[in-house]
Amino acid sequence: MNDFLKGLWKENPVFVQVLGMCPVLAITNTVMNSIVMGLATTFVLVSSAVIVSATRSLIPKQVRIASYILIIATFVTMSDYIIKAVSLDAHRSLGPFISLIVVNCIILGRAEAFSSRNGIGASVMDALGMGAGFTLAILMLGVIRESLGSGTILGMSVFGASYEPWVIMILPGGAFFVLGFLLLGINRFNMSRG
Amino acid sequence: MHTESLGAIFLNALLINNFVLSAFLGICPFIGVSNRLDTASRMGMAVTFVMIVSSVCAFGVNVVLAWIGAPYLQLISYIVIIASAVQLVEMFIKKFSPALFRALGIFLPLITTNCAILGLALFQTAKEYSFSESLVYALGAGAGFALAIVLMAGLREEMELVTIPDVVKGTAVVLILAGILSMTFMGFAGLV
Repeated sequence: MNDFLKGLWKENPVFVQVLGMCPVLAITNTVMNSIVMGLATTFVLVSSAVIVSATRSLIPKQVRIASYILIIATFVTMSDYIIKAVSLDAHRSLGPFISLIVVNCIILGRAEAFSSRNGIGASVMDALGMGAGFTLAILMLGVIRESLGSGTILGMSVFGASYEPWVIMILPGGAFFVLGFLLLGINRFNMSRG
Repeated sequence: MHTESLGAIFLNALLINNFVLSAFLGICPFIGVSNRLDTASRMGMAVTFVMIVSSVCAFGVNVVLAWIGAPYLQLISYIVIIASAVQLVEMFIKKFSPALFRALGIFLPLITTNCAILGLALFQTAKEYSFSESLVYALGAGAGFALAIVLMAGLREEMELVTIPDVVKGTAVVLILAGILSMTFMGFAGLV
């Protein structure tokens, strides 16, 4: 259970470890994209944690990174085709970023740091926690950026028709700013607690 | 088909659609190893080198995959190429510059998971670039990455000389700086 909870806050992959920033910044312009990305990443994290953990005594140390990447790439190809089958719209708006889950540092980082040294049960809990922490983080960014940048959440208007959208929020610059200020808030929170 | 000239492709990858600042590729090393100027510039060179190698290989692999009709193997074969190129560079640096090897630390094997490199391979395939165009594109993207990381390292070295509030120290201020840089790079839109 502890393995699960640490991913949510204490070792949150995005806010604390600052890993996997590319999707965090690139696809959080709408809430829908964030949800799809969060789910896909969690799926890949959990399934690759199972395989990496199960084969940890079989893989020679020298080629471990290449083998982990192969395992991860297999699951990413699967989720790419699944998303395409379930929702073509989501697939189109995420574009190459689904394939780029392969190179999300969180997944390889967890495979190397946790799954390759722990049993299947613990690895799954760890992967679930990291996936949930990641989803939480990109959902936060997605909500902030979509509501300020387009005045909507999941396509529904939140501020009424008279709202003038902050276009910068859905542009690249806005992504950096929102994440920067979120981290700033977290720093402040941690400092005030001592 | 597209009608871009080679120069336009280069400028496009270098400035207008800079991989780091407007496509959000390669953010991890951009934040992780941009605290010293010399490490950052070497990281930029290593990434550019890996980009060029993997771009050439990805082009070859794509031809083979189209020939045997197995497009679903695309992602897996690209990543294998990139991983091998990175291991090669890693062995090379370890042998010739142990100091640099230590300075780059965990970020050297993590070039494998640098989205910029896989992104490059995927984009060049999606855009149906020819061989020479792919090569120029890789060069531009690598130079763009190096430019962004060197700019950021320069800014961060300057920042050590000024007093900033404790609360923004670390990643927060780097991201806000990156936001400002990204807005600056938006000014290059329409250059070509």
